[in-house]
Amino acid sequence: MATLPAEKLQIIQEYGPHGAFMSGIRLDPGVEPDRIVKTHCCFCGQQCGIQLKVKDEQVIGFEPWLEFPFNRGMLCPKGVKRYLQDSHPDRLLNAVERDASVPSGFKPIEYEAAIRRVAEAIKRIQNEHGPDSFAILTGASLTTEKAYLIGKFARMALRTANIDYNGRLCMVSAAAGNKKAFGIDRAANPWSDIPKSEVVWISGANVGECAPITTDYVWQARENGAKIIVVDPRITPIARTCDLFLPVKPGRDAALFNGILHLMIEHDWIDHAFIERHTVGFDAVAASVKEWTPQKTADVTGIAVKAIQRAAEWWGTAKSSFLMHARGIEHHAHGVQNVLGAINIVLASGRIGREGGGYATITGQGNGQGGREHGQKCDQLPGARDISNPEHRAFICKVWGIEEADLPKAGVDAYEIIRQIDRGEIRGLISICFNPQVSLPDNNFVSQALDKLEFYAAIDFFLNETAQHADIVLPGSLHEEDEGTVTQLEGRVIKINKAVDCPGEARQDWKIIQDIAHTLGREHGLTFASPAEIFDELRIASKGGVADYSGITYEKIEKQFGVFWPCPSDDHPGTPRLFEPGSWNPVAKGSGPFYFPDGKARFNIAQYRPPVEDTDAEYPLMLTTGRVVSHFLSGSQTRRIGPLVEQYPEPRIELHPRLAEQHGIADNDWVTAETRRGDTTLRAMVVTTIRPDTIFIPYHWPGRKSANQLTNSAQDPISKIPEYKACAVRIRRAQGPPDWEAELEPQQ
Amino acid sequence: MPVPEHLEFFIDPSRCIGCESCVQACSECDTHRGHSMIHLEYVERSRTTQTTPVICMHCDSPTCAEVCPADAIKRTEDGVVQSARKPRCIACSNCVLACPFGVPKMKSDLELMMKCDMCYDRSSVGKKPMCASVCPSQALFFGAREEIERLRKRSAAVNRFRFGNQTVTTKVNMMVPRDARPEYVDVAAAMEEDSLGGDIMLNVLST
Repeated sequence: MATLPAEKLQIIQEYGPHGAFMSGIRLDPGVEPDRIVKTHCCFCGQQCGIQLKVKDEQVIGFEPWLEFPFNRGMLCPKGVKRYLQDSHPDRLLNAVERDASVPSGFKPIEYEAAIRRVAEAIKRIQNEHGPDSFAILTGASLTTEKAYLIGKFARMALRTANIDYNGRLCMVSAAAGNKKAFGIDRAANPWSDIPKSEVVWISGANVGECAPITTDYVWQARENGAKIIVVDPRITPIARTCDLFLPVKPGRDAALFNGILHLMIEHDWIDHAFIERHTVGFDAVAASVKEWTPQKTADVTGIAVKAIQRAAEWWGTAKSSFLMHARGIEHHAHGVQNVLGAINIVLASGRIGREGGGYATITGQGNGQGGREHGQKCDQLPGARDISNPEHRAFICKVWGIEEADLPKAGVDAYEIIRQIDRGEIRGLISICFNPQVSLPDNNFVSQALDKLEFYAAIDFFLNETAQHADIVLPGSLHEEDEGTVTQLEGRVIKINKAVDCPGEARQDWKIIQDIAHTLGREHGLTFASPAEIFDELRIASKGGVADYSGITYEKIEKQFGVFWPCPSDDHPGTPRLFEPGSWNPVAKGSGPFYFPDGKARFNIAQYRPPVEDTDAEYPLMLTTGRVVSHFLSGSQTRRIGPLVEQYPEPRIELHPRLAEQHGIADNDWVTAETRRGDTTLRAMVVTTIRPDTIFIPYHWPGRKSANQLTNSAQDPISKIPEYKACAVRIRRAQGPPDWEAELEPQQ
Repeated sequence: MPVPEHLEFFIDPSRCIGCESCVQACSECDTHRGHSMIHLEYVERSRTTQTTPVICMHCDSPTCAEVCPADAIKRTEDGVVQSARKPRCIACSNCVLACPFGVPKMKSDLELMMKCDMCYDRSSVGKKPMCASVCPSQALFFGAREEIERLRKRSAAVNRFRFGNQTVTTKVNMMVPRDARPEYVDVAAAMEEDSLGGDIMLNVLST
């Protein structure tokens, strides 16, 4: 039973989200902190260095960390105000269990009793329905140590195949595309290569809002003479002063890349020597783009022929370049094809594996990189190993001290876990660091599925919208209450340091996981005394794998301001740039710089298909979704930080004045957007900075304000990423404000 | 201590991404903790994402001080125009109305004019002001002139502004295109210009 135990408003009243503001000691200018802790931001994949000021065991503010080389003191507004999540009024200070007889729906329960209830439920459900009937959903904001531990817990203690993580909504298309083309999934270059480029190509990345620090790297390239090309349905802040803006229609990126490659081949703007020596598959790809003439590309993408030609010329004739993309091309049912299209124009240019030859996805989550390498994905084992590969299974079984037969096979992806819950195949769930009620597409279906669970335990520091459905909520740890490593978007492994202890009965997440294992009587291999001990085992488990951490230590990270993996030995300094000529890797073993046995990169045909749900007479517009600068993901943290809520209080529907006029909509009017799955009524933001055939809604809010009521759960067949960035929608002017307007604060 | 002479403030609106990191960080500075002194302006959001951060320009002859009937606003020797002095300020808002850049804020609850003081507690000991420390696009830059000249090859610094008949010279610099460097920034003319970039081909939608 997992329907909400009480009226939504009463749960919100007790558990929030409420906005925290500066008050008390945090407002006092004369206070000298007891200590200043060097650590990193808790939000996005850039993982900016920051120093937290601590007074009386409370984080009271920050001080820029000027020496950390990635951001040199720079921070976005989320980083500036992140400290307000500490000592928050909504903080869970003890375990709670659902109880429909209390007004707020939950009552405190002793921690040990809560763990016992979780363990009993796991035993009962697995005895009745088999080990795979209990699933785990995790997240890529966890440290690598926690991600490793939970992967091990799922396979060894729960013996379930069904563990997957919220990186499924984030990085998996890029990961799959990179593995197909390069044999490895990591940014090819450090960000310091960006300013050394003649052309910077940014596809589907709202850099200014979603990776703000990267802006300075792009602007520095421009100061050095680079041309900036931005491909996006909206003129985002990074697009405003770019040199060439390609206003692509949502879901047409593969077509654009194919059209660019067509022109590169036609004008012989390709590096024949590189293609011959370092790649395979070019001829088939060249044949596949023959049909992508500028006119056909323009017809499909909605970009003018002359703009496509200019982009191809700039890209084709550049001596140095950096191509980056993000969720804008990846969040599609053809996300992997889009990524392969991008990689094809990089490989054809020959500009990779060297200074001024750059390519990267801009990883989204805090540990988006490290969290996808060490075994919390349904098909993966530590060291970026494949759970279906017999040699990889044998290696990890040896490290873990188990029989191969006892290691589960590949499980299903995060959305399929929800579908299996709906079908009654999965009966029990533990979630941590994942708020699918807000973040998964078609989330009315997610609610329906959660209601069918026999038992659901959530581990979190706030009662997020999904945890409101839980039977037991265990109080986990905030970012600043634990230590461990994360790997940021360049592939640099860095160290999160503890600033304060967990308050009340709250525990560090890795302890909670181990407590469950212990109470289950399955603590074998899950008795670590510290994150450092977990990291030491992870080093061994990753040794010889593609993501080799074996030469990384906490000390080396501190000394070098981070260590880029692969780092295969104690005396190895790490690898900031991949694929350099003459470089060695464990797959190619010296035969070439790419991670295949022949050392060569792969061209892959990037097949264009329109979005799964394209426009029609009934739903004539495209809906695309994304982020705003002051919020992060499902907003579980940022919707509790008052100044960030004030900066962008509620979602609005962005639309072009031409479209607005057709519907009689003025700026700030209430507008209903509706798809085949759901609708939402929000205020209009009428701007010329978006395509007239497209509307945009940011996705950080829950309930009736949630953009994901509308989005499509169609998934990429390879990466299983959902199609957040394109579905068919219609709009109409609303008669008045929605019911929630009078009841809910902006962040709720 | 005065702000070291070799460290200067430079603003480059062409870099601004409107993230408001400066606005959020401003309230973390100890000289005005809890109060943000920066204005982050959308030039015309219906047509462009262009934003521009407005900090105090620290005029050589500050209009705010000239119009203050209580002589509450002082410019220290290092050229920093300070917030109004609490014992003198009569909260008349003359400075708010007169400042050509629109910088001072009247805090009616405190009966005090407050304004950007270049984070005096930080800049006077050689540290960067909060906004320039955190600014992700470095539209707000605090450092040596040689450094910005080396880094920003496309731009040049201007510190003269024309408002109708009034010309103001400031301690803070505005970055302008080097190849079309004006003698002064004509603020009134800039208000009538099209704020969209010329080359980004907004007209290329093929639909």
